[in-house]
Amino acid sequence: MKARAFSYFRAATIDQALDAHARAGDDARFIAGGQSLVPALSLRLQAPRLLIDITHIDELRGVRREGGYLRIGALTRHCEMLTEASIAESAPLLHVAAPFVAHPAIRNRGTIGGSVALADPASEFPAMTLALDAEIEIVGPSGRRRVKADDFFIDLFETALQPGELIAAIHVPLFRADQRFAFDELARRRGDYALVGCGIMATCQGSRIEDIRISFFSVGNTPTRVKGAERALIGARLDVERIAAAQRALECDLAPPEGDEVPPAMRLHLARVLLGRLLGRLGEGA
Amino acid sequence: MSGFDETLLGEADETVRVRFVVNGRKVACEVAPRETLVDCLREKLELTGTHAGCEMGACGACLIQLDGRAVHSCLIFAVQADGARIDTIEGLSESGVIADLQAEFHRRNALQCGFCTPGMLVNAEELLSLVAQPSREQIRDALSGNYCRCTGYEAIIDAIYAVAKARSGGVTT
Repeated sequence: MKARAFSYFRAATIDQALDAHARAGDDARFIAGGQSLVPALSLRLQAPRLLIDITHIDELRGVRREGGYLRIGALTRHCEMLTEASIAESAPLLHVAAPFVAHPAIRNRGTIGGSVALADPASEFPAMTLALDAEIEIVGPSGRRRVKADDFFIDLFETALQPGELIAAIHVPLFRADQRFAFDELARRRGDYALVGCGIMATCQGSRIEDIRISFFSVGNTPTRVKGAERALIGARLDVERIAAAQRALECDLAPPEGDEVPPAMRLHLARVLLGRLLGRLGEGA
Repeated sequence: MSGFDETLLGEADETVRVRFVVNGRKVACEVAPRETLVDCLREKLELTGTHAGCEMGACGACLIQLDGRAVHSCLIFAVQADGARIDTIEGLSESGVIADLQAEFHRRNALQCGFCTPGMLVNAEELLSLVAQPSREQIRDALSGNYCRCTGYEAIIDAIYAVAKARSGGVTT
């Protein structure tokens, strides 16, 4: 339960961090909050020769509105999702999801950039970037780019991030008055990994759904949008029949893995239950 | 301009010097980069009130205050905390800031073996600093990352609830 020996470098700028990574022959890991990486190192699931601490890089901090988006710096801690007024106002889905992320002391250290970069399929924030149609700002040896959340999550713990790249910020489209959102998860204990979790962002005209993005976590190898269920709801009013149709669509949208402690049929059932509840709440907000 | 010295890569086992302000006192010590803060506190600084339990962030026995916020000292390497202000259960006890919590834990038998208690107290102190009068449900939620294998939690929740009331000027029950 002790990490293998490594060297430690505290970077002051993004350039320093990228340079150190390149010169370590890519056998390096960036560390921010470290709430998932430190246990992985302690269990020797990972054993890099260099740890590059990015938590003192000012460019990765701060939350501000920028061109129709809320730019949330990668080092924004989970606890700040609860206290930062601009997040509560302009990205409320992240604000309501935050209390479900692990435990208070973990939220004091863990960062949004780290959570999205790890892409744990059971994590709240990666899935919420999908529901929010967020964009991930990436910096690396070949420059800076923005990747849509839809294109970011590739497979189990695999993302569009290339070796030596790091996340600079998450850009979330500003919440509008004609939008509604809902979030919840089912877990055995509070703070435990969700058996199933879901976040929804809908654009409405009166009680009619113009557009909707529904993202599940803990249902497969990646956070998952359920596009069949979304299609069943777009252009419709949220009535009992529509909600039932969306729930039925999950059968095709989701394929929970076999050989898990939770059987696929149970996970699918819980997903249906959760979706029904959330759409019900979304409808009540009409 | 880079600041990164490649010779560092060959020195993974060599110790580096870190400085903290621990419980109000400036300290410096030599640590290997892979040494967690909880090991540094316990073995180098002999502050054994912070307990190493699961060493993977699940049990909460190793909670300390880092720059005023409760964190797991098993989920941070000592080198990461270089320059930080650290308060452990020893400092919180000596300063008296949690004396009321400690007295109430004692009075209500909110501990048996005591292994989890330092973490419980650090967590409770943070909760009460953020929420003046938490409900029992909020207390339970806040303690979800602290394992106690003796008490069944009820007495711990009672104690924190009573202290919250007392601190807000209410009457303890």
